Amino acid sequence: MAWMAWTTPTAIFFVIIALLLVTFSVLAIRFPETPRRGVLGIETTRGDRLFITLLGSAFINLAWLGVMGAALQPWALLICLFYAAVVFRWV
Amino acid sequence: MEKTVNHKAWFLVLPVLVLVAFSAVIPLMTVVNYAFQDTFGNNVFFWNGLGWFEDLLASDRMWNALGRQLAFSGIILAIEIPLGVFVALNMPKRGVWASVVLVLMSLPLLIPWNVVGTIWQIFGRVDIGLLGYTLNSMGISYNYTQNPVHAWATVVVMDVWHWTSLVALLAYAGLQSIPDAYYQAARIDQASRWKVFRYIELPKMMGVLMIAILLRFMDSFMIYTEPFVVTGGGPGNATTFLSIDLVKMALGQFDLGPAAAFSLMYFLVILLISWVFYTVMTNLDKRG
Repeated sequence: MAWMAWTTPTAIFFVIIALLLVTFSVLAIRFPETPRRGVLGIETTRGDRLFITLLGSAFINLAWLGVMGAALQPWALLICLFYAAVVFRWV
Repeated sequence: MEKTVNHKAWFLVLPVLVLVAFSAVIPLMTVVNYAFQDTFGNNVFFWNGLGWFEDLLASDRMWNALGRQLAFSGIILAIEIPLGVFVALNMPKRGVWASVVLVLMSLPLLIPWNVVGTIWQIFGRVDIGLLGYTLNSMGISYNYTQNPVHAWATVVVMDVWHWTSLVALLAYAGLQSIPDAYYQAARIDQASRWKVFRYIELPKMMGVLMIAILLRFMDSFMIYTEPFVVTGGGPGNATTFLSIDLVKMALGQFDLGPAAAFSLMYFLVILLISWVFYTVMTNLDKRG
């Protein structure tokens, strides 16, 4: 594993992503759902909404870093949380 | 909308998942790890936080390469898609010539990228290349190694030469699937050629055209070999597209940290655009 150059923050990041994927897989199996059509006009399941949330969050973080600088980066996560809530409620 | 989705079948793709993990996910995770660190070799790494991302976002280098890349993809899509559809509309529908034309159309697709690059590298040369020599003999000063506009024209024409037939073949497949009854109905209504195209052929081709646009976009957005062989990214940085810049950074300068950060942002853009195309495509299917 040494060749992968692990660090604690990146490890935490991947553990969170993995936990999210496992959680959503279990949810999808235990509580089957019907896809719904939201503000984007496309059919989405919970998994799709998770994908939209994660991808969007990556761009939010980059935009925040580009505009505000690295010192204030944790605040970007707050915006991501808000964005996630919006996606899961309305998309 | 009416049925619940059963996700249990996804367990059947587990073997593929293991393979993909080995060949793609784990290397990608390593790239993520690199992006936050600096190294001077010997597999010794130093934490650098968001430094590389911050540097890249603030520097012109990545933005310029991204701009050139988007311009390139935009230009070749704007040429190849209409041209491919036009060619497909004029290809013979049946008979011996249909087969002959199909084979001829697929020929450029069979040529490897580096060979296409070499062909055009020589073809465009002023001293021994047929194209370069002819143009200059006609009094048109053309030199793709010195003039950025000429370099761009060469790279764009090369891509059109290589890939228009892919669009044409896909569009042709879409056209072939239209039943004759549609055309007969249009003839009875005395529809003009344009209206037949606009209301019968184009809607029926939409699905394959979306695939063609997606394929051509992805391929052109990741293009490396052909411009690398022809122009090497020059003159200056005029044809340094994203992947050429990335390879320069990662393997030329061996700056693994910035290159990893660069490739992650590159990856995110590709992921976003692929998702948009994929979503549009699947939703077109659902509406029929």
